[in-house]
Amino acid sequence: MAETTAHAAVHHAPPQGFIRKYIFSIDHKVIGIQYTTLSLVAAFIGMVLSWAMRIHLAWPNAHIPILGWLSPNGAPGGVMTPEYYLSLMTMHGTIMAFFVLTAAPMAGYGNFMLPIQVGAADMAFPRLNMASFWVTFIGFLLACATFFIPDGPPLSGWTAYAPLSAVGSVAGPGQGWGQNLWGLSIALFCVASLLGSLNFIVTTLDLRTKGMKLSRMALSTWAWFINAWVSLLAFAVLLPTCLLLVLDRLAGTSFFIPGGLVFNDQLQPHSGGSPLLFQHLFWFFGHPEVYIIILPAFGIVSHIMPTFIRKPLVGGWKVITFAEIAVGTLSFVVWGHHMFVSGMSPYMAMVFSVPTLFITIPSVIAVLVWVFSLYGANIRFDTPLLYSLGFISLFITGGIGGFFLAQPSTDSYLHATSFVVGHFHFTMGLSAIFATFAGFYYWFPKMFGRMLNEKLGKLHFWLSFIGVYCVFITMQLTGMTGAVRRYSALVDDFMVPLLPAYRFMTIAALLLGAAQLIFLYNAIWSRFKGPKAPDNPWGATTLEWDTTSPPPFDNFGGRQLIVYHGPMQYDGEKSEMQTSPAPSIAGT
Amino acid sequence: MAGKIFAVLVVLVTLATAYCVIAHVWWMPIDISLHGPKIDQQLEETMWVAGLLFIAGQIVLAAFVFLYGGAKSRTKQIPGGAKYLVIFAFAIVGLEVLGLSVVGSKAWGAVYFEAPDPNSLHIDVQAGQFAYYFRYPGPDGTFGALHPELISEANQNYFGLDIDHDADAKDDIVTAEIAIPVNKPILLTLHSKDVGHSFDVRELRVQQDFVPGLVIPIHFTATQTGRFEIVCTQLCGLGHYNMKAYLNVLSQADYEEWLKKQAAMQ
Amino acid sequence: MKAGCKIAAMAAALMILAAVVLYSGRTVTAAADGQITGTIKLDGQAPHLKPIDMSKDPSCAKTGSGGPAAGESVVVGPNGGLANVVVYISQGLTGNEPIASQPVKIEQKGCQYVPHVVAINVGQHLSVLNDDKTAHNIHPEPKPGGGNIPWNKSQMEGSPAIDVTWSTPEVAIPVKCNIHPWMHAYIAVVKGPYGVSSNAGAFKLDNVPPGTYTLTAWHETYGTQTQTVTVAAGKPATADFSFKAK
Repeated sequence: MAETTAHAAVHHAPPQGFIRKYIFSIDHKVIGIQYTTLSLVAAFIGMVLSWAMRIHLAWPNAHIPILGWLSPNGAPGGVMTPEYYLSLMTMHGTIMAFFVLTAAPMAGYGNFMLPIQVGAADMAFPRLNMASFWVTFIGFLLACATFFIPDGPPLSGWTAYAPLSAVGSVAGPGQGWGQNLWGLSIALFCVASLLGSLNFIVTTLDLRTKGMKLSRMALSTWAWFINAWVSLLAFAVLLPTCLLLVLDRLAGTSFFIPGGLVFNDQLQPHSGGSPLLFQHLFWFFGHPEVYIIILPAFGIVSHIMPTFIRKPLVGGWKVITFAEIAVGTLSFVVWGHHMFVSGMSPYMAMVFSVPTLFITIPSVIAVLVWVFSLYGANIRFDTPLLYSLGFISLFITGGIGGFFLAQPSTDSYLHATSFVVGHFHFTMGLSAIFATFAGFYYWFPKMFGRMLNEKLGKLHFWLSFIGVYCVFITMQLTGMTGAVRRYSALVDDFMVPLLPAYRFMTIAALLLGAAQLIFLYNAIWSRFKGPKAPDNPWGATTLEWDTTSPPPFDNFGGRQLIVYHGPMQYDGEKSEMQTSPAPSIAGT
Repeated sequence: MAGKIFAVLVVLVTLATAYCVIAHVWWMPIDISLHGPKIDQQLEETMWVAGLLFIAGQIVLAAFVFLYGGAKSRTKQIPGGAKYLVIFAFAIVGLEVLGLSVVGSKAWGAVYFEAPDPNSLHIDVQAGQFAYYFRYPGPDGTFGALHPELISEANQNYFGLDIDHDADAKDDIVTAEIAIPVNKPILLTLHSKDVGHSFDVRELRVQQDFVPGLVIPIHFTATQTGRFEIVCTQLCGLGHYNMKAYLNVLSQADYEEWLKKQAAMQ
Repeated sequence: MKAGCKIAAMAAALMILAAVVLYSGRTVTAAADGQITGTIKLDGQAPHLKPIDMSKDPSCAKTGSGGPAAGESVVVGPNGGLANVVVYISQGLTGNEPIASQPVKIEQKGCQYVPHVVAINVGQHLSVLNDDKTAHNIHPEPKPGGGNIPWNKSQMEGSPAIDVTWSTPEVAIPVKCNIHPWMHAYIAVVKGPYGVSSNAGAFKLDNVPPGTYTLTAWHETYGTQTQTVTVAAGKPATADFSFKAK
């Protein structure tokens, strides 16, 4: 009893007043919702940016008065300039990769669910948790602020390769204060991610309730736990990289800038730096980053599937978890596959190519686990499961592209084509978004105490699923012609014939975006008008379903929880809560 | 019902994708380099391996979703459990990726592990925001030294040559297009004057970044005459989309005449 | 009583305003009188200029009319006249010179700036137009800290003209197109009357009030020269310059 009290104790009093309750709250559930809302806002901004880009690609000389009104500098007279296109592209990548894909499935859902899933009353360090969110928020404001400075946002892409990103405004519009703000914004995001990762790790290790062995943890908790380690190591490299970049820009250092550079006929006052060093540092973070994005998605899907297929995953918690650990570990030794044609030693290309190909094995194991778990199942096609199935299909499609890009020989043709853009949108973009949607439809009743509209949810899924394939399969396959990415207009002989395909993608992307309005309407309407959610609407087994919807301030109303078995207690219509002392159904 | 719709959609997507690939709706352009066929062959082999995995994965997913949608009181696991899945992943996928690594390294090695032919024609390339310039050593066969501080686009001194004091530089021929003789080994040395750029000729199956501060050599032999686009594939700033030049592969006689004409225009 | 005060105050304000407008209008017309003309020659052999190869952008190469365009850093007319020299009054101005009201135009035509050199008053409008079937980028680089602000804007085919003014005299601000590295122009920002020499080397400064002035001629390759000129009312003065080839 003493042990349980120590673990599940309410280590801070319920908050009083609006500001402490909803704004500067230290409650992990409020912080989780804050992160999720921030990501939702960021996702819509990112999506609108992609619309503007796609319209420009399909009709580069079109006069779009609203664009001219939104940005008199970037689109004078409503005609977008090439630099503004690149700025939108940079901010689309930055906002989506950091503030949506990294934030929502990990910091958003993880914050809300992880303490509850391990039976704790809050995160280990609630004040640190609050700091993480507000630092992220300031980072997001700095990123958005770039749109309102005279030069506009930076145009060096979310990868911000030096020296384009390092030499300052001589390199082009947006490379002045826009790039400084970008560097500071990402540095803040790194700080917040490091604090968040520490919190996740300590909470998982120290605050588990009685009986919650590691082997009995929810699969989503497992993924967040593994992911916290990967984040800790990866963001610890990006943070100094951003700071060194800002030093090169503001303090006149030359970490990433070599000597003898000439811009506008002026010799630059730098010497001795290495652009390849920046690429190595960035991708040492950057490749784990795509797994930081996808591992929570693995966890969410693995967590949701057993509830709706009414049986455990093949191989229980072990196979999928070990696959995730293998992916997370290997992710640190493959970064050089982004740099096959970068001027890095061609022998190093082989060193990075082989582990990249071998990371396929744990990824294939994960896919096989999900697909073959469907065998002999009793599938209930609720929206969360449809999104999980969509995730599997998109992840397979995306993963296939990896075979081509992992090999230096084939990559030397496909590098920097729209094949790559299609590939990563499938693998880490849309896969993660679909898993995020699955989590949203699954946990919304718990987070807000209301049910979402199931019919609108399904409609949203069908339109999104079809839309995603129309846009990104076309994008990936047109890359086979050598269509270069990051071009703001199709001017070269090769790409002009692709215009019909580009217009098809643009129209599909606009429809895909419009389908998200259904989601937005559903979420907002159901938040206030949806039917009241029961405690356990899906017949699930993990601890978050063992409390009210939404959970009380201390998560379990002072109840002492004892966990008797793992989460995957399903067999057909039957299921057992983890806190139920009944004998385990399937022995997991 | 939802499961059946999902299964049908997945199959449709799979078939449409397979059709686009098999019918070469969007495919690589002709291959005009000596090493290129190795890369093409590797790409086609990968397409087979990856394509089969893609089709198998999607079809099995669709089939299970189609079959196991009904409400049943009992569920069952796949016979043998995860053991066979793990063995399959290690054996089949492991062998595939091992095979691709080994075979793929040959195609890569053909471009990068072999030294350039000593009789190669050496041409110097300078990339800058947002154009390429090329330099032939001229009659003396020696390139003049580069002086970044002398670079002046306004006076068309794109390389920073000191023509007044450097005899080697005086006869260098600087051009905005590159011409090479067909079937002759070519060695390019890539310099960038400002940011990262790339030298990409799709028909040559050559793509190599320029890194400021480094001189990067790349060699190839073109086997067909024609005029081909050189495009920049490394994000270099606002004019990135419009950064290009042309590669003219000419017969030896045409090439010599072209070079004479260029020399006269210096 | 109060309403009456207001009306009276407004009426007074309107009258003062009208007076100011009328008076300022009169000073502008009163300034128009003298003229300075002259020719500028190049003494010696013009340097050999490489023709510009525009093949990088096929839409530029197409617009070129017969043969490659020549470099423009020294343009010499048939009789040795030196073109693209800016002539302006560097000393002797009262400071109340009117600002020329017509905007100065730079067109981007066949991937070159036309004209290659312009002069403009502080506060006068500069209008930059794109006549080409391609995007251009206009990147003026005034001296840092000199008061004029550098900018860098692209102009797509079909975009409206870019309209700007300059706040500080500066001879001359280099302008380049980042997309087409061979494209260069100069903007000379001056106060008072100015002229730019034609292909024959001829220039003309209008509306010069009578007085004695220091006249400066500036060329992008050959630098500056000055001489003193006295302008009498209603009588054109002449001033010729000669630059020595390097």
